[in-house]
Order: sequence, then C-alpha cells, then structure tokens
Amino acid sequence: MTSPKMPDPHDEVMQRRAIIVSDLKAMVPGEGVVDATNEMRAFETDGLTAYRQLPLVVVLPQTVEQVSKVLKYCNANNIRVVPRGSGTSLSGGALPLEDAVLLVLSRFNRVLDIDYDNRVAVVQPGVTNLGISNAVASRGFYYAPDPSSQIACSIGGNVAENAGGVHCLKYGLTTNNVLGLQMVLITGEVIRLGGKHLDSEGYDILGLMTGSEGLLAVVTEVTVRILQKPETARAMLVGFPSSEEAGQCVADIIGAGIIPGGIEMMDKLAIQAAEDFVHAGYPLDVEALLIVELDGPEAEVGFLIDQVVEIAERNGASMSRVSGSEEERQTFWAGRKAAFPAVGRISPDYYCMDGTIPRKALPQVLAGMRRMSEKYGLAVANVFHAGDGNLHPLILYDANIPGELEKAEDFGNDILRLCVEVGGVLTGEHGVGVEKRDLMPAMFNKEDLDQQIRIKCAFDTQHLLNPGKVFPQLHRCAEMGRMHISKGQVPFPDIPRF
Amino acid sequence: MNDTQSQSALRPDTENQVLDAVQWAISEQTPIEIRGHGSKQDIGRPMQVADCLDLSSLSGITLYEPEELVLSAKAGTGLDEIESLLAQNNQELQFEPMDYRPLLGRQDCGRGTIGGVLATNLSGPRRIKSGAARDHILGIRAVTGRGDIIKSGGRVVKNVTGYDLSRGLSGSWGTLAAFTEVTFKVLPCAETQASLIVSGLNDADAADIMARSMGSDAEVSSAAHLPESVRGRFIEGELPRGSATVLRIEGFGPSVDYRLGKLKQSFGEIAPCTRLDPQASVQLWREIRDVEPFCDGTSRPVWRVSVAPGVGHMLVAALRLQTGVDAFYDWQGGLVWLRMEADAEAELVRSAIRALGGGHATLIRTDGTTRNMVPVFEPQNAALSALSNRLKQQFDPGYILNPARMSTDL
Repeated sequence: MTSPKMPDPHDEVMQRRAIIVSDLKAMVPGEGVVDATNEMRAFETDGLTAYRQLPLVVVLPQTVEQVSKVLKYCNANNIRVVPRGSGTSLSGGALPLEDAVLLVLSRFNRVLDIDYDNRVAVVQPGVTNLGISNAVASRGFYYAPDPSSQIACSIGGNVAENAGGVHCLKYGLTTNNVLGLQMVLITGEVIRLGGKHLDSEGYDILGLMTGSEGLLAVVTEVTVRILQKPETARAMLVGFPSSEEAGQCVADIIGAGIIPGGIEMMDKLAIQAAEDFVHAGYPLDVEALLIVELDGPEAEVGFLIDQVVEIAERNGASMSRVSGSEEERQTFWAGRKAAFPAVGRISPDYYCMDGTIPRKALPQVLAGMRRMSEKYGLAVANVFHAGDGNLHPLILYDANIPGELEKAEDFGNDILRLCVEVGGVLTGEHGVGVEKRDLMPAMFNKEDLDQQIRIKCAFDTQHLLNPGKVFPQLHRCAEMGRMHISKGQVPFPDIPRF
Repeated sequence: MNDTQSQSALRPDTENQVLDAVQWAISEQTPIEIRGHGSKQDIGRPMQVADCLDLSSLSGITLYEPEELVLSAKAGTGLDEIESLLAQNNQELQFEPMDYRPLLGRQDCGRGTIGGVLATNLSGPRRIKSGAARDHILGIRAVTGRGDIIKSGGRVVKNVTGYDLSRGLSGSWGTLAAFTEVTFKVLPCAETQASLIVSGLNDADAADIMARSMGSDAEVSSAAHLPESVRGRFIEGELPRGSATVLRIEGFGPSVDYRLGKLKQSFGEIAPCTRLDPQASVQLWREIRDVEPFCDGTSRPVWRVSVAPGVGHMLVAALRLQTGVDAFYDWQGGLVWLRMEADAEAELVRSAIRALGGGHATLIRTDGTTRNMVPVFEPQNAALSALSNRLKQQFDPGYILNPARMSTDL
C-alpha cells in the first residue's frame, strides 16, 4: 500500500548503531539481541503485511529488569522504541522504525499465578490469549475476550489494542477484563496498577493504558479476570432475504431484553466464500445470515432460543436452524471464524476494515458501500459483529493490477468516513496504528488530539515510544504545555450566579 | 460535615458557559469547586476555594435509543431522572450506582448527577460481575483545566480510536476536567431476581462459600456477607438468625429458579439456606449498596476498602485484634465497609491492607478536621504519584479544578 510517512530517522542514532547493539547485548545477554539483517526479516512487519520496515535492532528481554534497563538506556540516548507482542496487529501497531529498537516481549511467556478463589490469572504479556483459557480450562474456566487471532496474539498486545472478539456484547472488551498491570515507563521506572482487587486508588491509569497502542509504557505483567464456562451454549443460523430484515431482527432480539453471547452477520459474498471453504452448512439462497449464540443454564438457553426463533420469523427469516450438538455449534462458528481466509481464496488480495456504527445505521452504510463498490469497481464482502455494530468490510482487490491497491485504500477510507458520519468510529477493535493514523482528524478536532498528545507527554516527554502510530503529528511536549489564557485576560463570564 | 466553603456559585446551563467560567477562573488564577448536586461533597480533602462551578443546571437527556442500548445526557442531569426514564423502557445502568446520602447524612440534596457518577466511578453490588461506571461509559465531552472543550469515545460499544479518555477521566473527582456530557451503555433489566441466604457462617467460611458460588456456572450477580453484628440492621430485621451470606441470582424466571436451586443443593448441607423473594431481595441489595448498617447519623469514621475477595475477612480479623471495628462485606468479600468505633486509624488500616497483598482504602466518612489531616484516598508510591501529578499538569496546570481534593499534589 501507499507507504505511510513515518517520523524522520535520527541520523545520529543510525550512525551509532554498532555501539547501541553492543550496549544492548551487555544488557540482554545470550540470544536476546538480534541484529543480523536476515534474522531481523522475521520482524519487519505485523498483521498488516503491506507495510514493511527493518528495525535498527531487535531485543528480546526476559526479565522486567532487562526491560527497565533497555528503556532507561534508550531514553537517555534518545533512541526510539517500538514494543511488539506476537505481531498480529491489523493496523501496523508493531511496524518497526528504521532507527528504533524493536522490543519483543515474546519471551515473557509464563503463567505466574492462577487464583480460582479470586477468579484471576496473573500472566506475563507474551502468553497468548488462548493460552490463558487453556491454562484454566481444567477447572472449567476461561478468559472471555476472544479476538480471531487468539491462537497467536499475546495478552500484552490485547491490552495495547483493547482487543475485542465475538463475545464482547455480553462479556466486555479487554478493558473490562483486566484488573491489574505491571508496566515499565520509558524512564525505566516500574509501576504497578491494580491487582486482584477492584477499582483504582487514584486516576484510572489502567483504563488509559488499555488501548494505548504501545505509546505510553511497556506492559510486563497482566492480571485478568477468569470466568466459569456457561453450563451450555447453543448457536443458531438464521437466514434473511435482505440485510435490512436481518438488522431489524438483531434490534428486536436486543430490544426484547436478550443479550446473546455472540451475534454475527455475514452478507451473501461472505456466506458463499465461507461455505465453499469450510462447508459449515450455510444457506446459499439468502442475502444475510445471522449466527446467534445463547449461553447459560440449559433451561434458559432453551427458553431464549424459542424467543429468538419467534422474533426471526416475525422479521421475515427464510430459514433457521439450531445446533443440536456441540460439534454442530462449532461447525456453525467455523465458517464465520474462517471468513477472512475464505475471502482470501476468492480474491488475490483483500483489505479488512474495522469501523463501528450505531446498529440502526446499518442499511444506510450497506447502501453506501454498494455505491462505493460500483464507483471503485471493487467487490466488498461483509462480516459484522452485529450485536455491537462493529463492521469488517473486506475489500477485494488485486495488488498486481496497477492502481488497484490505491483504489482499495481510497474505498476503505471512504467507508470509515461514512462510519464516522453516521455517528460511528474509525476502529472498533483493530486499533489506529499506522493504518488509520491520518484519518484521525475525521473524528477528532485539534483540541481533542492535542489533549491526547498531552497524555503521551505525561508518560514519554521525548516521544520515544512507538512514534508514528495513532497521531498524524506529534508536537513537542514543551509546545503542548503552553497555556493560551493569560492572567487577568478573560472577563467575568455572563452566567447565572447564586 | 461540609467543610469546603465556596463563597458563591456560577451555574452555567450550556457547555459554552462552562468553558467561559473555567477560562475566567484560569485567567483569575482562582481555583473552583466543581459540584453537581453536592451529594458527595463531603468526600475527599476539604478544598480552599472561593468559587463553585455548579453544573446542576447543565441538565437534560440528549439522546436515548433503547434498541441501541445507549443514553447521552448533559453532565448535570439527575441520576433519578435518568433511572426513571430507563425504567419506563425496562432498562437500567447495570452498575447500579450507590447513593452516598444516607451514609453521609445528606438527605438535603439531590441523588447526584450523571457527571458525578462518572467523576467518582460509582458502582454497586453488581461490580464483581458487571463492572463500575468506568465499564459502561462510551463517550464524554468535558472542559479541561486548560480551558479547552474536548471529546473522547463516542456512542458505540466497540471503539479503540485514540486513548480511552472516557475511562481515563472516570474516578478523577473533578481534578482533571469538568464533564459537560456523558454517554453510557444501558442494558435491559433482568426479568426477576432472588437471593439465597446461607445462615450462620463465620467470616472465613462465608468467604469460601462466596468464592465457590462466584466460581460456579450459576452466574451469581452479587455476593455479600453480613456478620451477625450487622444482620439485624437490614430489611427491618427480617433476615434469618445468625450471620447472612447472600447470593443474588438475576435473569429469566425459570433460569433464576434453576440456578438458585443448584446453589441450594451445593450449600444446603453446610448451613441452613433460605430463599428471599424478588421484593425483599431488591430491598436487601439496595441496603447493602447504600451501607445501611452504618447510616447511623453519626460522623464515626467509615472506610471503603477494596482488596482481593479472599482476604477481606483476614483484614477484618487483623484489625479486630487492635481496635474496635464493625464490618460487613460485599463483592465476594473484596469490598469491606468498616466503621471504626473511635479514631480513623488510617495507618493501621492501610498497613493491614499492604500486609495482605494490597488494595486501597478510602475514608468515606469522618469529620472535617480528620479529612484535612489524614489522606482520604489511598496514598500512592513515589513513581505512580509522580505520574498522576504529571497527568494533572497536562490537564490542569494551574490547579484550578477541585485542587487537592484527592491528594495535596493533584
């Protein structure tokens, strides 16, 4: 894709590369420093593979002390740092910079404590999302947020991106399931936030850290809530002749006071691609398909399924099928979970978007996308976290056709602008990263963005942590600190006084 | 108990007027108190301020779409007004924000504003399952202590666009910015509820029962333990004899019956179990939420302590060896309400918490002199406190908004 403009490299850092590498090797001995070009190739990109850049050097620390030393050293020597977990970011959050140390946390891979009485697990940031669920599965527990990349993505990365998944509507996002963190500031200071107890004793810095995309601090330990698995879970497929009817059905289910464990929508192109790929038994004669999962005690699930069937029929459903076994439930989900690779089979390339909209705007946004699809001459497949309004349009294109990639990008940007226009946002769960950085002004004005940058200044005055991500421009903290109101300048306001 | 004395109040009714007022205060270098209904005015360090920014006229629900599960309101809108509108549509703020007035003896003011709910990150007994205000906030508008209007978040649940300032400002007690409008996720009310009372357990056994029930698939929404010393002060003394360990189940009727039965089966052999019908259950949990046993019209010190659920009873046992204290537990034992017989004993309480693995204690009720002398909020270590101070400087460099309410350097 069109290469994003990244911050100009610090020449003096590039020139000192050999010294920096040797200093880092002293701090992180053994296999902890990777500086050979061919070995660094493995780290040149993340889940947004269109962007590639070799880092200055890769460091894989193993202890908090090493992380602290490396950061302190970089801060003292004006060296940029890009933190990385498993590198599955879909927005380029872990894209290296030419003059930056790539700090990879994958060797922080231990589960430190499982405390069933308090229902928490304390893990290192490199443990995978699914790894947490696996570690507590023997006692029937699991960790609720389940991004599609859960086999590979790390919990540290989940915190950085405030990762979601298909169960968010009922069980919340990462930010609702993290109770504590240990983090290291760019100064090397180690700070603990929260723990096994609830709420913050001061400012909610835990809330600020979650979703901060590696720009504020490096997470070295995470305490998460674990939950007992529901007694049972059943999924149902419901097909509709139009996406409008499917959308209304979702609204009516929620309006009836039912909060499903998961509720997903796919359009015709996505259904077809998924069915061809995994043979999940999806109907091919419908325009929109809902997968609705209900979980809880058997008695409740049965009762609610009957209600959902009735609501679906009222909304003109042309078919519905309830899973009769755990195996069948998994099959229903297999198609949805493989939707991205399935689309990958029918098109040489695809570009995955991630806007969120108020659910009621769905018909308007889908119609808008159809118009754009005609305008750009590119097809789009839609998968949609219908319960929470999070869209994943997949724009199909062929990078080998000159100009098509730029067209796909423009198409994507138009979709996101439309999302913001109808009251939604640029990104629901993939993060801003590099990808949507330059679209931030579509959602935020200068005052909004400046205040966000001031938060960055409270953590990292020299903008050394992950620069070039999230913000279109980073102004110097000294500039940002200046007040524009001077003493005695503002007259007494004309406001009712009591 | 009100020791914060502001001379006069500015009462804006638009966001632009809030902006004008804050900009004026910055230019005059005169600190202001931010107030809604004043229901939590007596919590925190007393402030030395000449003026008050009274946001109670900045009122009105600006958006409510029940099917979208979203509600926006101007920050000064009363919680009563919001809850009653939601109730008409069988919805609620699921984090059931508590009411501090009875505990603080402040029946003379309104229930509190929605901005105040977020500024103090209120919650209730459902905190352990459904979270606090910070878990349900979707977006905010606010005026910072720099005199800027800012916004963050939006009206949708899934949103990772930019830093999560809505959460970052929750629980900041008006020391960073004055909210002008907030947007919350709302949820359908459960069709019904019931509670299982397990009677006669000591605090340690109760902790075990609460942990087992919360760790089961019965989807318990709240778990509290009311020792014998406080039991009689709930629901007009109608709870069965002995201490009461209370487990709340909410949802559709048949599901509630089934899950409650399952718990009864697990615990029935250990201790006598009684079922509370929906009406009594609602009343009991409201009284637990609002700390009924300590609403005694006195200013005897009351602490709100958050620790790991499993150690709440150990904290109380440790304190009892050294001082006179009455206590009960919510949040599976992780929220401990302590009423001290005489002095606040801040160091004693806080060192006992540290010894048990950490947490925090807030001195919710005490007299004004003590609030000046004893840190009301949990003191932070040097690195964290310095970071909090840097955040304060980035939002309110002139220390204009609620100065020193949380601690002397914020």
